[in-house]
Amino acid sequence: MSTIQPTQARHIPDRLDRPLRSALLGWEALLVAVAVAIFIINSFASPYFLDVWSLSDLTFNFTEKALIALAMALLIIAGEIDLSVAAIIALASTLMGMAVQFGFSTPALVGIGICVGLACGVFNGLLVTRLGLPSIVVTISTMSLFRGIAFIILGDQAYKGYPASFAFFGQGYVWWVVSFELALFLAAAVVYYVLLHRTNFGRYVFAIGNNPVAAQFSGVRVDRIKLVLFCLTGLMSGIAAVLITSRLGSTRPSIAQGYELEVITMVVLGGVSILGGSGSIAGVVLAALIMGLVTFGLGLLNVPGIVMSIFVGLLLILVIALPLVWRRFMRKAA
Amino acid sequence: MSILKRLTVAAALSVAMATTAFTGSALADMKVALVVKSLGNGFFDAAHKGAEEAAKEIGGIEVIYTGPTKATAEAQIEVINSLIAQKVDAIAISANDADALVPALKKAMDRGITVISWDSGVAPEGRQMHLNPSDTNLIGETIIKLAADHLPEGGDVAILSAASTATNQNAWIDAAKKALPEKFPKINLVSVVYGDDDSAKSTDEAKGLLKSNPNLKAIIAPTTVGVVAAAQVVTDENLIGKVNVTGLALPSEFKKFIDNGASQSVALWNPIDLGYSAVYLVHDIAAKKDEVKPGAKLSIGRVGEVTLDDNNSAAMAAPFTFDKSNIEEFSKIY
Repeated sequence: MSTIQPTQARHIPDRLDRPLRSALLGWEALLVAVAVAIFIINSFASPYFLDVWSLSDLTFNFTEKALIALAMALLIIAGEIDLSVAAIIALASTLMGMAVQFGFSTPALVGIGICVGLACGVFNGLLVTRLGLPSIVVTISTMSLFRGIAFIILGDQAYKGYPASFAFFGQGYVWWVVSFELALFLAAAVVYYVLLHRTNFGRYVFAIGNNPVAAQFSGVRVDRIKLVLFCLTGLMSGIAAVLITSRLGSTRPSIAQGYELEVITMVVLGGVSILGGSGSIAGVVLAALIMGLVTFGLGLLNVPGIVMSIFVGLLLILVIALPLVWRRFMRKAA
Repeated sequence: MSILKRLTVAAALSVAMATTAFTGSALADMKVALVVKSLGNGFFDAAHKGAEEAAKEIGGIEVIYTGPTKATAEAQIEVINSLIAQKVDAIAISANDADALVPALKKAMDRGITVISWDSGVAPEGRQMHLNPSDTNLIGETIIKLAADHLPEGGDVAILSAASTATNQNAWIDAAKKALPEKFPKINLVSVVYGDDDSAKSTDEAKGLLKSNPNLKAIIAPTTVGVVAAAQVVTDENLIGKVNVTGLALPSEFKKFIDNGASQSVALWNPIDLGYSAVYLVHDIAAKKDEVKPGAKLSIGRVGEVTLDDNNSAAMAAPFTFDKSNIEEFSKIY
């Protein structure tokens, strides 16, 4: 009896309150149902939808934003937020464009894009963790700062003349209809799934989001992990900057305007609690897919963009309100 | 799952058959997409009217009038992708960005779609021809002249433009700046600000101009959204008679500001003619009636004829001035 038993046999849930956990499982089921429903509606509504190239083009509507959403999910689960992601894209893209003017090669350009993203993430992370500022305040400021620098450098001009080989990242295909962007997103989704759901690091992220003080006293290096999370959103924004710059073949300081809200919409639609503490990568991936299906499906019907925004808004309210209403209803019935 | 799959396929097939039957009976031999910078803009709604007129005159054309809600290149690319998926025959686009749309429009041309730009152009490699509403230098000079005509003593003027990336506005402003020292030495251009064709932002920028330039004599807004916002600000702040608002405006939207004296005169080309010409030209090119090459003379029905320059672009007509004497008449038309 005195020997210490290995504890791995014991099941430790992501969350301690089981009903919520099952609701979370239900959430992904709900998202799958919504995705399938939209897919079927789309195939009914437009004869052009069920075409491999249409479906392949569809993925370009969400891959760049979804890549950032993966890292953003972790950050929001840990109770923080990064509103500067779109501005990081603008800055990274501008500096890549600048490097082009000095004749840098494609690998160097990619390196610059990713490093600028990472550096911006470090900057955000240090401001939040070292100075103890709220992340929403810090990233609202850096949102203006990063894009402001891009505007100072470029004004109303554009950088172009990217090398031909650079076009591969945003326009190339890895195999048949699978674009490089899609392949990269799927690979990143697996990496983030493992990171969040299969490592100690992921468990710490949940712990911090649920109760940072308790996490601190349990020996979790809260600030260190938050810093890493900001670096990750910066890194993913840098990668997204490479993709979108390659896809557009040019840089303007207004690039990716408004992406931060679409990224956060994906994360919230994916079932990540905006208050932190719960969420899953599978949910975020499904939410990205749903957003792509909705916008592309409505696009095929030539529905005006404003109606599209209304649809996305309604979808968000519906998907978030439904489980809450359902739970309240069940409680009353019990 | 297999039942679901079978259902989906069956549904898609029946829809496809139904649609073929439908389009067959509608007699549309050619689908032409009129893509605008953003929907909900009176100028483009008027162009749509002209487009339908051309479609009726030529016959056998289905016009798809579409565009994003936000005037960004990224949103317009999503629209282009959905048009490619719908296998339209021709795209006539007013671009939010001359360079960023090139890869997407190249893809459209690779898949056999005829692409022209109108109003706001795309770089030559992204389209077959471009239809300018008017001659750039003439517009640049006209917008300054509109202000200068009512400032015999000279004075400070400022420009309130659309997005800082808008191709056409930037070209006009450059032309205006060139015309200033030679032809209007007494006019002093103190500032150029950007309202992004958004009413709220344009209003803020106009207020900012008045605050930071107390000696301002005229606001020149070469955009239909900005000019209304600026005139409203001048009206609200009781500056009628002190600050003259001018620029490019739709008579129907702007009549009240000519009437109340916030503006002496504005100018514009006829957007109905522009939409008409765009559809007329893109149809003739797609139907292989016209050959696109520098120097070619292309017929545009009731509007007349245009000649392509070295970049395969052409100018439709000179801007027309509206003032107290004729605004009543034209406000009923567009």
